[in-house]
Amino acid sequence: MTAIPHASDLRPGFADPVLSGQAVYRAVLKGMSYPGRLQALPATVDAPPPLSPVAAGVLLALADLDAPVWLDPAGLATDDVAGWLRFHCGCPVVEDRATAAFAVLDATSAADLEGFALGTPEYPERSATLIIQVPRLAEGEGHTLTGPGIKGSTRLRAEGLPEGFWRALADNRLLFPQGLDVILAAPEGLACLPRTTIVSE
Amino acid sequence: MQPNDATQAQDTLDGYNFAYLDEQTKRMIRRATLKAVAIPGYQVPFAGREMPLPYGWGTGGIQVTAAVIGPDDTLKVIDQGADDTTNAVSIRRFFARTAGVATTERTTQASLIQTRHRIPEAPLTEDQILVYQVPIPEPLRWMEARESETRKMHALEEYGVMHVKLYEDIAHLGRIATSYDYPVRVNGRYVMAPSPIPKFDNPKMDMMPALQLFGAGREKRIYAVPPYTRVESLDFEDHPFEVQAWDEACALCGATDSYLDEVVIDDAGGRMFVCSDTDHCTQRTASREAAE
Amino acid sequence: MYVAVKGGERAIDNAHRLLAEERRGDRAVPALSLTQIKEQMTLAVDRVMTEGSLYDRDLAALAIKQARGDLVEAIFLLRAYRTTLPRLAVSEPVDTARMTIRRRVSATFKDLPGGQVLGPTFDYTHRLMDFKLAAEADDDAEPCERGEPRQDETVPRVADLLGEEGLIEPEVPRDGDTAEPGDITREPLEFPADRSTRLQSLARGDEGYLLGLAYSTQRGYGRNHPFAGEIRMGDVAVEIVPEELGFAVEIGDITVTECQMINQFKGSKAAPPQFTRGYGLTFGQGERKAMAMALVDRSLRAEELGEDLTAPAQDAEFVLSHCDNVEASGFVQHLKLPHYVDFQGELVTVRALRREHERKEATDAAE
Repeated sequence: MTAIPHASDLRPGFADPVLSGQAVYRAVLKGMSYPGRLQALPATVDAPPPLSPVAAGVLLALADLDAPVWLDPAGLATDDVAGWLRFHCGCPVVEDRATAAFAVLDATSAADLEGFALGTPEYPERSATLIIQVPRLAEGEGHTLTGPGIKGSTRLRAEGLPEGFWRALADNRLLFPQGLDVILAAPEGLACLPRTTIVSE
Repeated sequence: MQPNDATQAQDTLDGYNFAYLDEQTKRMIRRATLKAVAIPGYQVPFAGREMPLPYGWGTGGIQVTAAVIGPDDTLKVIDQGADDTTNAVSIRRFFARTAGVATTERTTQASLIQTRHRIPEAPLTEDQILVYQVPIPEPLRWMEARESETRKMHALEEYGVMHVKLYEDIAHLGRIATSYDYPVRVNGRYVMAPSPIPKFDNPKMDMMPALQLFGAGREKRIYAVPPYTRVESLDFEDHPFEVQAWDEACALCGATDSYLDEVVIDDAGGRMFVCSDTDHCTQRTASREAAE
Repeated sequence: MYVAVKGGERAIDNAHRLLAEERRGDRAVPALSLTQIKEQMTLAVDRVMTEGSLYDRDLAALAIKQARGDLVEAIFLLRAYRTTLPRLAVSEPVDTARMTIRRRVSATFKDLPGGQVLGPTFDYTHRLMDFKLAAEADDDAEPCERGEPRQDETVPRVADLLGEEGLIEPEVPRDGDTAEPGDITREPLEFPADRSTRLQSLARGDEGYLLGLAYSTQRGYGRNHPFAGEIRMGDVAVEIVPEELGFAVEIGDITVTECQMINQFKGSKAAPPQFTRGYGLTFGQGERKAMAMALVDRSLRAEELGEDLTAPAQDAEFVLSHCDNVEASGFVQHLKLPHYVDFQGELVTVRALRREHERKEATDAAE
């Protein structure tokens, strides 16, 4: 995890960090504002696998010196990924879940959400944002979502997530105003599940 | 049909980053806005920066706008509902110069609207973001001056003092005497200051399709109301919330459903009433003339 | 006819032109140069650097010129510029014991190692107008003979001398102090604030405000028995440790004024009777500010030292929330922005309340 790859081996970041960063942020903002709605990413990036281009784009836009990133040891925490993030975001890559502002997980690991920062009753915003890489997202089918940002209800299918993830998310909802916020990253774009979203079958 | 009359920026400022703020500051603000959206009505502290405009003149709104805005945006800035008040002009110019974005006075053409003290009369859509300038973000401040205390009150959902304060008005005056910055409850949880908009505008916040972001620069807080979110003005069963109404219509466009400013027109104390939302008034006048 | 007070772009442009005109004044008089401000308005430059939180004499001079001599406006200009600068490195703590001293006085000891150095001070001037200065040129004054500055000599601080005897509290991290000093330019102020954060706020705080608060403690609003242990002014080296070198290198000298107040303390359950400290530091020569800051710093330690909190100067949330003149000036002056929408709301409300009142009076009278 600590090796710093040679600069010439390093894959590039955004071609235009200022404008791409802004555009990706707006996609995430829209995603958080309208939970369950698929947002195409306006700028992607040739990230070192297994970090997905969408997850990588979100990190390039939002992670930095003041926002540490935790990588799922099951596959994502490679020297390539950590080195790439350190170089392009300048962010600490941490091993302790509790200190992460952003945590990147593979869908298969997403049943265990224990140990990430949840914020405190006085400062509920001091909680982690999880970026979970899923193989596919589709609107209009799958789980039913309600809550702020959703007119009536909406549906979202997120493939590859274990049943335990949805249970953990229901528990997370009960912690409000504390809690985790989730960005699902799929090849076709991202969809968000902020802590306010209520998920039912 | 009206043509798109957005103005493309010219004469942009060299030597500064896009939208003035450096990228690290923007990321810090962007992260704060995302948490704000996830916790509707909760005030997220952020390390607000000194801006080249004075505190109290919209530095919070400006920082939020600077972090949100992109080259594809069309910006509208209003103060007291008007696009041509000096501070609105000054802020609109700031972004035209530092971000080179298109600006407009038309509510319907704007993708981003920064406002001080009003919500436009035209309903906002999902393709728009409304950024409020906030002087005092803490709705409990007038009952409890200490931040350390109000923070606990929000954490414990202890809002009794707010109801007591409103009820004291009813007991003494027969009605609630708060006419602007009238406190609201967001999604049934946090009590929030809507910024000093007239209470006339409060109902527009409820289930609004557009995202609402609030920036308080001097007090260093950012908060949000996500789209389609319940926003209730605090009231009592026997004294339900009600908004201002006028017996007069707008002297320029004849509107009877908009917020009116009272203008003194002569030394004898003569008055006339006109729409505070200048774009609303202009559009109504234009369509009336077209119909004639 | 309806003529609303709406300025628009032309009014703003005209206002800016008028401002430039007023700033320049009579064109028959030569324009002030930045060098003149930097060399002859040195204390104004020092204050602007301190409260502007940026050590740059040229920029401070420019800000003063641009602000027409309004120092709070100049401080604002410097702050607004400062936020756009990249953060290249974090300096090591400056060591004021190794200061090249230009002034040093202690009120607590008649003489002490390193001696008393009066230096350039207004203290013993008789405040009589010097009409010679009003003459066109005053540069025929005899140049003053300066003592050789003592180089590379350590002059121990008075508080350290007391420390050797254990009579003064040691300067060590306390409960709530973080390992790294706080930085309110990167993290918003939170309460309770640790001492490093409080000191940073006070260092940037308005001199007049701190002076008034400090004065209030002397008049009994939270008295803390201060002695001016030491005030020293001179040049200190600023060092950074570049990542690639791993050792400290000097990047330049800055002038600072440091004040260490020594305050009597009767002791508490937790601590024996001893002297406690209040600390003040400014850029340049800023003695009044440094002393006021040290008094207020000590006041804000009341809670930590188990003293009763009775006075405004002991209330950290009150003191720190209102000490910044850029914030205060902006918010006080924002009242001149239009508020007619809110005022209209108030008009509607007051009229309704008056109708209610009149109706009630009429009913009462009828009964």
